[in-house]
Amino acid sequence: MGFFDALKAGMEKTRKNLTENIERLVVGYAQIDDELLEELEAILLTADVGVKTTETLLSDIKAAIKKKEIETPQDLKPYLRKRMTEILALNAAAISQGGHKPLVLLVVGVNGVGKTTTIGKLGRYFRQQGKSVMLAAGDTFRAAAIDQLEIWGKRIDADVMKHTEGADPAAVAYDACKSAVARGVDVLIIDTAGRLHTKTNLMEELKKVHRVIAKEIVGAPHETLLVLDATTGQNAMSQANIFSQAAQVSGIVLTKLDGSAKGGVVLAIKHELDIPVRWIGVGEGMDDLRPFIPEEFVAALFADKE
Amino acid sequence: MVFEGLADKLQDTFKRLRGRGKLSETDVSEALREVRMALLEADVNFKVVKDFVSRVKERAIGQEVMDSLTPGQQVVKIVYDELAALMGGTQSRLNISSRPPTVIMLVGLQGAGKTTTAGKLANLLQRQNKRPLLVAADVYRPAAIKQLQVLGQQLDIPVFTLGDQESPVTIAQKSIDQANALLRDVVIIDTAGRLHINEELMQELRLIKGQAKPHEILLVVDAMTGQDAVGVAEAFNGQLGLDGVILTKLDGDARGGAALSIKAVTGCPIKFAGMGEKLDALEPFYPDRMASRILGMGDVLGLIEKA
Ligand SMILES: Nc1nc2c(ncn2[C@@H]2O[C@H](COP(=O)(O)OP(=O)(O)OP(=O)(O)O)[C@@H](O)[C@H]2O)c(=O)[nH]1
Ligand SMILES: Nc1nc2c(ncn2[C@@H]2O[C@H](COP(=O)(O)OP(=O)(O)OP(=O)(O)O)[C@@H](O)[C@H]2O)c(=O)[nH]1
Ligand SMILES: [Mg+2]
Ligand SMILES: [Mg+2]
Repeated sequence: MGFFDALKAGMEKTRKNLTENIERLVVGYAQIDDELLEELEAILLTADVGVKTTETLLSDIKAAIKKKEIETPQDLKPYLRKRMTEILALNAAAISQGGHKPLVLLVVGVNGVGKTTTIGKLGRYFRQQGKSVMLAAGDTFRAAAIDQLEIWGKRIDADVMKHTEGADPAAVAYDACKSAVARGVDVLIIDTAGRLHTKTNLMEELKKVHRVIAKEIVGAPHETLLVLDATTGQNAMSQANIFSQAAQVSGIVLTKLDGSAKGGVVLAIKHELDIPVRWIGVGEGMDDLRPFIPEEFVAALFADKE
Repeated sequence: MVFEGLADKLQDTFKRLRGRGKLSETDVSEALREVRMALLEADVNFKVVKDFVSRVKERAIGQEVMDSLTPGQQVVKIVYDELAALMGGTQSRLNISSRPPTVIMLVGLQGAGKTTTAGKLANLLQRQNKRPLLVAADVYRPAAIKQLQVLGQQLDIPVFTLGDQESPVTIAQKSIDQANALLRDVVIIDTAGRLHINEELMQELRLIKGQAKPHEILLVVDAMTGQDAVGVAEAFNGQLGLDGVILTKLDGDARGGAALSIKAVTGCPIKFAGMGEKLDALEPFYPDRMASRILGMGDVLGLIEKA
């Protein structure tokens, strides 16, 4: 067998085993030893949890063993679940209208993560509560981005504020705020163009959009949501870090969890940057948005059937 | 950040060893721990990292290092050689058919950059005096057809569409006739983003392949992809047989470990790198540069000399 083939065969095995790994650890080891911990490490790393947060979790486990909180391999899984759920637990109330009218949401993120689709889904969520919704086409750069948002507007019966391609996104945001107030709209959701967090000029543009909104409506944007693709690995840390500096991100929407990626990097983001996940995207349809529930997410990380 | 310091860390590790002449297994393990961390932080697949590190270790504690007077240098060189070997052998050539039209089909997960890359490829080929036809075979995503039409207009390249009521299989099939009628010698088919675990949509790709008989099926992959990259690439490769990979969004700060993982597991060559949103931001893929980027060692060869 060549190197590629060997690797491929190994790969297949790891993937299959992953789902059963923890169970196997529990029955396979009479006591917690290095080998067991190494397999645990593998599970976490394979879910994109990252080296640093994985190390933290493993050292937590070692400490718990010393304190006799963990005595047998059976104790490991519940411990780790509890610990991870603690890390992910929301530190603020989930989105609600509050006293805001309009409630203003700004949606940001790198290219192609699912911002525009998420906006359609969020709009749908508020429409179903009988609220009036306005979407603002703040992506004036990407080809047909405005058309895409308009289709979503029709789908969910929401107004769309738009300028033309190439227009200043801050001007779109300004007009949207003015118009939402004038028309007494309940919820205003503002789309932005995808941008890599490393592009200084584009991040400056985003700051300007944020400033304009804050100036137009006191306390707005009430939520700035960073959209992250669950398939993304450790780069999501850098995205979260830099986007929060530019636009004061208040929560994360983790999309594409209907795939096979686990999105474990949000654990690192919550742990190190303290930004909570608010919503998850589980498909391309307008109803494929769910509130984030840490327990469920952790269960999925371990791919339990329960 | 971990990777920023990999070069320094390796230097430090080896400085302490300097003058000792020979490396023990422990010495090597310590150095390889840093390499392992850097690779994982770069999103190289866990299993690929494991195999890579154990392979390097095997070579490093073998004869060649034990007998070497400058063992540190040897280890760095082995790491780099192995990485370059894994990444290497790629070429950015497209299979151009001797009987036109050459058919290129772009596939991948949602939002990876397929439509944009279709535009970029068309642009590149047009500059090489080819006459591309863009084909809008994404009938699902809102405004996907319009998006391709806008790009076609910017490039002055025709876009074939039958609207969103025809099946992508029919669209792909008829696009070939259209290319012949319009004397276009390259057909670039933009398909809808899909999950590799979606049976129905993967079947649709197989049917498109059957009708359009592409000379190149290219998987478009986001450079920011994490551990899942391997599963995705294996699934697309297994079901379609890929001719190559295009890695997008490399203009950011992603280490791009997905490249190494995909190359290692599927053996598929990475043919191009997407370096921006604009239509001229497509470059040939350079394996050696990617190897340095993944390791976070800007100047690997310089390091080898200093070690
Ligand atoms: N499977 C799946 N696909 C999704 C999900 N959310 C969005 N998508 C798809 O991802 C692709 C990109 O979504 P968009 O909403 O256009 O992403 P965006 O962030 O607005 O992209 P740009 O504006 O180009 O930066 C589309 O094909 C969407 O249908 C999700 O939760 N699951
Ligand atoms: N920075 C950067 N952005 C890119 C690159 N390639 C594509 N994009 C952006 O990524 C986003 C998604 O690109 P699309 O071409 O719409 O992706 P797609 O794969 O066709 O998406 P779906 O059809 O929804 O599956 C857009 O905002 C593009 O401008 C690249 O190399 N660098
Ligand atoms: Mg968008
Ligand atoms: Mg597309």
